[in-house]
Amino acid sequence: MTLIIKHARIVNAAGEAAGLKDILIEGGKITRVSQGLANDDARVIDAEGKVVMPGFIDLHVHLREPGREDKETIATGCQAAARGGFTSIFAMPNTTPAIDTAQVVQFVLDQAKKVGLVNVYPVGAITKNRDGAQLTEMMDLRRAGCLAVTDDGHAVMNAGLMRRALEYARMAKLLVMQHCQDPNLSGAGVMNEGALSTRLGLKGDPVVSEAVIVARDIELAHYLKTPVHFMHVSAARSVDLIRRAKKEGIPVTAEAAPHHFSLTEESVKGFDTATKVSPPLRSAADVAAVKAGLKDGTLDCIATDHAPHTHEDKEVDFDAAPFGLIGMETAFGLVVKELVLTGILTLAQAVDKLSAAPARIVGLKDKGEIAEGKDADIVIVDMDKEWQVRREDMASKSRNSPFIGWNLKGRVVTTICGGKVVYSA
Amino acid sequence: MTAIAKIMDAEQIRRAVTRIAHEILERNKGVENIRLIGIRTRGVVLADRLKLAIEAIEQKPVTCGILDINLYRDDLTLIAHQPVIRETRIDFDITDKTVVLVDDVLFTGRTIRAALDALVDLGRPSCIQLAVLVDRGHRELPIRADFVGKNIPTARTQSVRVKLSESDGTGDEVVVEGGH
Amino acid sequence: MTEWSHRHLLDLDHVTRSEIELVIETARSFKEVSAREVKKVPALRGKTVALLFFEASTRTRVSFELAAKRLSADTLSIAANVSSVTKGETVLDTALNIEAMNVDAMVVRHQASGVPQMLAQGTKTVIINAGDGCRAHPTQALLDIFTMVDRLGPLDGKKVAIVGDILHSRVARSNITALISMGAHVTVCGPGTLIPVGIDKMGVEATTDISHALDGADVVMALRMQKERQQELYLPSITEYVKEFCITAERLKKARPNALVMHPGPTNRGVEIAADVADGAQSVILEQVTNGIAVRMAVLYLLLGRKAE
Repeated sequence: MTLIIKHARIVNAAGEAAGLKDILIEGGKITRVSQGLANDDARVIDAEGKVVMPGFIDLHVHLREPGREDKETIATGCQAAARGGFTSIFAMPNTTPAIDTAQVVQFVLDQAKKVGLVNVYPVGAITKNRDGAQLTEMMDLRRAGCLAVTDDGHAVMNAGLMRRALEYARMAKLLVMQHCQDPNLSGAGVMNEGALSTRLGLKGDPVVSEAVIVARDIELAHYLKTPVHFMHVSAARSVDLIRRAKKEGIPVTAEAAPHHFSLTEESVKGFDTATKVSPPLRSAADVAAVKAGLKDGTLDCIATDHAPHTHEDKEVDFDAAPFGLIGMETAFGLVVKELVLTGILTLAQAVDKLSAAPARIVGLKDKGEIAEGKDADIVIVDMDKEWQVRREDMASKSRNSPFIGWNLKGRVVTTICGGKVVYSA
Repeated sequence: MTAIAKIMDAEQIRRAVTRIAHEILERNKGVENIRLIGIRTRGVVLADRLKLAIEAIEQKPVTCGILDINLYRDDLTLIAHQPVIRETRIDFDITDKTVVLVDDVLFTGRTIRAALDALVDLGRPSCIQLAVLVDRGHRELPIRADFVGKNIPTARTQSVRVKLSESDGTGDEVVVEGGH
Repeated sequence: MTEWSHRHLLDLDHVTRSEIELVIETARSFKEVSAREVKKVPALRGKTVALLFFEASTRTRVSFELAAKRLSADTLSIAANVSSVTKGETVLDTALNIEAMNVDAMVVRHQASGVPQMLAQGTKTVIINAGDGCRAHPTQALLDIFTMVDRLGPLDGKKVAIVGDILHSRVARSNITALISMGAHVTVCGPGTLIPVGIDKMGVEATTDISHALDGADVVMALRMQKERQQELYLPSITEYVKEFCITAERLKKARPNALVMHPGPTNRGVEIAADVADGAQSVILEQVTNGIAVRMAVLYLLLGRKAE
């Protein structure tokens, strides 16, 4: 199928293209970016007044399938992604069974192919069944299609095992992504530890539970000269550690989640279980540090940690509720509200965080940019469109979002993946 | 338009209290078995004044207590402003005694109904009598006063205000407010 | 005089000093009722109070039940243990089912912080918190303050020492909030592992030095020390806790000569408080229990004894 996007104001990570361009898409690729393109057989999308960007790439998504299809399926997760402007998503391995063998990787890829909306990249587990004991067969995972591994949900606590994982993953050309949280320190914590958790009588998860793992893995990355990617960085102290590590040239990368720059721990006050997330919503100082980290490049990219849970699972007391919130459909709006309109990032820098940087981190060479020869993964947004987050509009199977009722500006109007329109508002 | 008419002044109130004191003594033939119980708030002041008046006449001590009837009101869950509950202070046994309930104004009779219920919870008096400074009519229950300072015919829409120096910090007076 | 301005009693965070004083004033009248031969007034006749205890607690439940009955309310007691919740019925489910039976108030005890607040948002019934997780136990704090005011008069400038497992104590949290509203100076004291992060932000002094905490105290409140804290690595041993923090007659000498000794009960004699101190002349522990009924009557009256919204 041939597609032409007319009058496109193209914003790439490198900046905004001069003037309005037309984009010709053939065979799933961007074949021409020029002016006055025409093709009688092509479907035409007029992007007049809109902004056209490379499709967003989310390194951190929980699709729940296989195992918890009541929370999300690969189909509904892909619909949510498309609605949020994401054209590539990385599926976390904490499913049942875990993505720890080539067979499960294949299952996820097959399902995603059947759905046929966005690119789904299964992320393999670092250890079998994610239980922190034995390494997965990473060469097999790589061959099946994995680009990265993680035990997300848990940190790899055994430092010796983490060393072996890094060494082995380097051979398998897999990026190791770490969920930084020392369970001995986080204990039964359900929110950020501090004066507020004390007042609310909720058990606290201290920032140090994250920072100790970040510090340890920086040392491993340094010693082994092997990349480590830090997931959902939430604490000011972690941002500082990563900033220093980068200055020393240690090969670490990091992501931040929209909720960690949009909400503080104060949101927990009403005991709304949609605000229960791991790592927890932190103090205002931590939120400021995450924003500063995104601005100066310490935090490379934005990943949602989209974590769907059913109403039944979340409609319990705060202690009993599972961690996590859904994020793909609100991510762009929050980036605009908290980072772009506040002057922390330019729109081009936002495109870097949402698309170019994640592509770079996992080595997707044909993605993350609108240019001739690149994959036709494109998102068209209306930057002036004001909209309200409403539970009934969500494509995800779950509704556990603390942002329901928020008014956001900047809305995805069309998502194109592999040259095919997969979402249209 | 709000019309205000003064019905009793300090001197009239004083005389009424003295007269009631005499009537109580006459009816009950002495003070031995009498227990005065004032209904909060102004009934307490009047009961104190009656106590002093009776003691002055008889030269014998009279026992006096305080009753808060709010918990016994039948309109507790209907009124917008919740009454503040204050202590009932009756540190004597009322069983087999003649209790004289004292209040400022007798109107619908509902306050007295509540007071009677409250007293029954506290013991079994041989007899309960009622003394009021003003009876303004409009009874909704079969209740009447034994001792009345002054009968004042009123319209239902009017209000009767009793001011006493101990509770209101002003001069004593009884006024009728409001039109027809 | 102030009116009570809250629909529910979830915690004491927004309860003002004059509202606490109103509770005390009202409780004083109800204490008189409890001393009568006929311990009953008709104030809440026709009202139904459901006692929803997801966590076992005989004392608090019985205290609320007596309070409701002495106001002529009908009570129903539901020991909704964890097992019915694991059967698939959520807390809110249980509450909605009880609500459907037209109850006027639910007295709720739950092991997780925030449940009463959740029920206040999810149902239309008046919710009274009878203790949630480590968060709040408002009626306990109100009865503690009633007892203190009864004995000591106004609490402005009075020194209150709360000793023990502050970290896990909802009693401590509610007392801190209310005592500070009442103008008292509060010192919390316990092992470093059991003093929560940021407690000073609540306006208290925190110390691990028991003699400093008790020095010149007008009130010494001991908290229950659970034996499990040893397994949970908060304490090396209960024996060492007793050595360092048990309120003994000797330690009590540091406090003012007639300082009140309090405990929310049930006491672990010989652990957080020595038996002779718990039974001693300065102890008002049983008075707390008596006052608890009057204070809970006051709370029920203030929340239910008026026109329903």
